[in-house]
This record gives sequence, structure tokens and C-alpha cells, in this order.
Amino acid sequence: MSTLGLTAHQVRYDLRAFTRNPRARVFTVATPVILLLLLLSIFHSGSLHLGGHKLITAEYYVPHIIVMGVLGAAFGNLLVTIVGKRESGSLKRRRATPAPAWAIIAGDVVTSVVSALVIAAVLILIGVLFYHVTLDTAGLGVVVLLCVVSAAAYAAIAYAASYFVGTVEAAAPVVQLTTLPLYFLSGVFVPSTNLPAWLNDLMSYLPVRPLGVALQAAFVPATNAGRRFDAGALLVILIWGVAAVLFAMRRFSWGPRRR
Amino acid sequence: MNVTARPHGRRARWHLVLTRTRTSRARGPGRSSVTTADPARPPGTPLAEPAAAQPAVGVPPAADSPAAITVHGLRMSYGSYEAVRGIDFEVGRGEILAFLGPNGAGKTTTVEICEGFRKRAAGEVRVLGDDPAHAGPDWRARVGVVLQESAPEALLTVRECLSMYAGYYPTPLPVGRALELVGLTDKAGDRCDRLSGGQLRRLDMALALIGDPELIFLDEPTTGFDPTARHAAWEVIAGLRELGKTIFLTTHYMEEAETLADRILVIAAGRIVASGTPATIGGRATDATLVSFTLPDGVAGRDLPALPAPVSVGKNRVAEVAHEYPMRVLQPLADWAVDHGYPLADISVHRPSLEEIYLRLASEAK
Repeated sequence: MSTLGLTAHQVRYDLRAFTRNPRARVFTVATPVILLLLLLSIFHSGSLHLGGHKLITAEYYVPHIIVMGVLGAAFGNLLVTIVGKRESGSLKRRRATPAPAWAIIAGDVVTSVVSALVIAAVLILIGVLFYHVTLDTAGLGVVVLLCVVSAAAYAAIAYAASYFVGTVEAAAPVVQLTTLPLYFLSGVFVPSTNLPAWLNDLMSYLPVRPLGVALQAAFVPATNAGRRFDAGALLVILIWGVAAVLFAMRRFSWGPRRR
Repeated sequence: MNVTARPHGRRARWHLVLTRTRTSRARGPGRSSVTTADPARPPGTPLAEPAAAQPAVGVPPAADSPAAITVHGLRMSYGSYEAVRGIDFEVGRGEILAFLGPNGAGKTTTVEICEGFRKRAAGEVRVLGDDPAHAGPDWRARVGVVLQESAPEALLTVRECLSMYAGYYPTPLPVGRALELVGLTDKAGDRCDRLSGGQLRRLDMALALIGDPELIFLDEPTTGFDPTARHAAWEVIAGLRELGKTIFLTTHYMEEAETLADRILVIAAGRIVASGTPATIGGRATDATLVSFTLPDGVAGRDLPALPAPVSVGKNRVAEVAHEYPMRVLQPLADWAVDHGYPLADISVHRPSLEEIYLRLASEAK
């Protein structure tokens, strides 16, 4: 089977398993949608200032909850899935076949990217249809690019992070403990304008806040000095992705850790 | 010729698909012990087409092919602990080798090295002609593996799971045929997380077969099975023998080894301590046979006829005589009992079981 054919073959089955997984549906679809609706109900008539520009709350929360959706799909859900498959012996079993490692990993990465795009589309539709959010074609293109690159990078980080998670029971708590503080400190739930400058600077070099800033710029370029596409933010995410790939190449284990 | 293969007289689940000429089995050490009625059909024949007339394509004849597995001077250490201490063995093509050993004996390490999952410290290993430590996808396509513990894709159906794996191989079996081989046809549409333990293990077996391998590693394939499921699994494995597949089986069940294996290898404390057929291993064929019976009322040990070995009388007046030629004990004993009208109704002739031999070998190695 050709490279593309084998990837498509793997993605087909991984996507099927993904759609049947209640945890995946909650992580990637239900939680961001519920949170967006909750936040927009609470701050329905509010507005806020960002980069000297006034935003309605939906213009802020739609891009930032997309961050949550992408991270949930490509990092949170994938990390739990990888550790689960590793500890059940399913990954080792796949390695006992002629399937190359890249095909197995590509299945996970493409599944993560597709699910990230789906949740982003759902959140954008909610914002556009019910909360007066606007997004032009150029903005949509940037959002798609950001979602694809960041989902792939977060998936790489999930592969690298699996090295630190020994049991499937530990995987979900690790996801909560790492993502929840990042959501708060990266402005996903509340704008991070009140954070100390050093913490804001630090967050700019971690892989979550740059995605929020870049997505916000794609929706409202005025928040980013008129630049719709924040290449710097994308570069930070890419560097994290490459670093994670290099780490995973050395440390990722296919076999169960418990034996 | 359509012959329904029913090993051991039991009804095989796969009898509909194994329509090949019945093969006979000659146990013996060394090379392939599978002989086929059709001399043109060598061991390792693909499973894909059951028709007897199918030519064997791409499979070297057994007589010219080297052993499926050759291990020489294999060593492996974990830190200062030496798990495998220089072992040598061979597995012939078409042979079922049972690899026995207590936990911690180096069994799993050896198997994982042969499967290409673990590096070795020293020694030479050739599996299907290649070093498994450096083997690529072409080699993987010729080897099937049933891991000790592995859960198939929980959220896919049985058929989807097999289809996914089939896509990894250059010449896979049709999914329906793999399902037939392991008797899971009626579960094809069930999700894997809804299968019983025995059904999951059979699916595992089907996943190992889906690439139509020449060599299959079965690591404790029936652990946790109830007796019915175990016998069903044996029928599947015996069916693979009929098709000339080479099987490397590890098990803790002596009956499993005795039923299935052409040859047994016992590893203990990192060394091979015995090798032979189930009938001869550990001197089983020449070991003394034990004749025992309860002494009739009023008869003492000294009243017995002259026997070729000393008689020991234990509790409950049970007399025991051990001798490598049991008939030399039985004949004078029978004459004496008939002459005196003693029924000796509980007389038993006991050859050491494989389990007894194994336990002796394992304890001697400690």
C-alpha cells in the first residue's frame, strides 16, 4: 500500500474508534461547546478591551474556546488514548505487523487534526449564527492553518508526554493538572491582561497562549496591531512541536510500562 | 480430497474450511515433523486458498529450507542479573515447539528477542533467515505474533479490527477466512470490548494469522481459558500445524505442550535444561515406571514373589515397585496373584507425567 493509502487506511479506523469513544466526545466536543455557551450566557452583554480594541465577549471567547477544543482533542484526548493503547498492548501489537511506525502515528495525528477542525467549526458556527461573531474568508483560512499546525504540534507533545505517564489511570489527572492552569494563565477563560508581566511573557513562550493570540488576531486583526496572521505565534507552536517530535523519537515506548 | 480435519477426535470449529488432504504427524526431534499426503505441498503453505490443488507459490520446499529459528549462544542481562545465559536451539520449519519454563526463567526474554521486540547482549539469532533485531517490514509480514497480554482495538468491531490489520500486510488472508479459522464468524459484527476473554484471545489469534505468516509466536495463548475454550484453541493451533505453519509456543500447561508440540524445550534459570519430544524429554521414555497396588489382607511384603526391584510398602499397605521394564514386574506379580486368588483390583502402572518431569527439571536447575 502506498504511503498515502496506508495513512488513509489507518485514519479511517482511528476516526471510527474516535467517534465511538465517549471520552473523546466529551473531551473534544461537549466540554468546549458547554463552556462557550456558559461563558457567553454569563457575560452575554459584556465587552472587553484587548490591544486597545473593544471586543464583544463572543469575539473573545470563540477563538479562545477553540484553543481549548484543539488542546483537548490533540493533547488531552490523545495522551489518554496513547497511554491506554500502550498499556493494553495494542500499540505493541501494531508494531508486530509490517505497518511502519509513521503510519500508526499518522493515524493518531490526522485524527487529532480532523477532530480539532470539527470542534473549531462547531464553535465558529455557534459564534457566527447566535452571537454576532464575524470571520471573513482570509480569517477562516488563518484559523484552519492555525488549527492544523497546532493540533499536529499538540499531538507530538502528547506522544512525548506519554513517556511521563506510567499508567492509564494517571493519564486523565495528568491532562487536567497540565491543561487547567494553562487555560487560566493563557487567557482561555478570562483575559490574561491582569497577569504579572513576567508570567505573561512566560506564557507567550509556552504552546497554548500563542494559539489564543493568533486565533484572536485571525478573528479581530485589530487586537494584533492589524496583523491577521501572527507568524511569531505560529513559530513558537511549531518549535514546541519539533522539540516534542525529537524527544518522542528517543523516548517513546510502544510496549506496556507495567512489565 | 475433502477431509474434515478433526484433531484428537473432537469436532473442529474450522472443519468447514480445512478441506485439505489430511496430514499425518510424526513426532520426532529436529526438523519438520509434518508430512503431507501431497508431496508437492511443503510446510508453510499459505492459508489463503484452501483448495488442495493450489500450487505452493513462493514457499521453499522443507528439505532445502533452513530452520525457521536458529539461536546460538544467546545471552541477555538486565543490570547485573543475567536472564538468559548462553542458550542454543533450533526450530524446524513446520514444527510446533513448546517452550516451557517457570516464571523468571528467561522465557519471555528469549521469545521477545526472537520476535524482534528486545535487543540481546550476545549471541546469534536467525528467524526466517534474518536477525530479528534488524528485521524490517518484509520480515514482519512473514511472522505472526500472539502477545501474552494484548487487547485488540476496543472500539472497533471484530471485522473492522481484522480489516485494519489486514491493511498492514502485502498479501493478507480474506477477513472472512481468518474469522473462520478461529471460529469467530458469528461475532464479526460485535465490538471487541464486548467479547468474552476466550473470544478476545481467538481474535488475537486471528490477528496473528491475518497476514498469512510462515511462523507464529504464541505466548501463553490459553492462559485464563476454561477447559472448553482451551480445547477449542488447541484445535485452531492443530489446524495450523496441518497447514505446515511453524509455531513457537510458550505455555504453563503441560497438557497443552503434550497435545500440540512436536518438541519441547525447557528453560530454567536462563539455561536450556532439557530438549526432546513430549514422550522422551528428560528421560521420560526410559525412566522407571511405577507399579503400585494394595497388599491383600494377611499378606506382607516378604510374601510377594521375587521381583526385579525392591518393594516398598507405604501407608495403607500400598506396595510400590519401580522398574524401567514394567512387564518384568507385572508378569511374576500376575502369576502369583492368580495362583493365590488375589484380585489386586487397584493395581496401577504409572509412567512419569510430563508435569512430573518438568517439575523435576525445573527444581534441579535451581
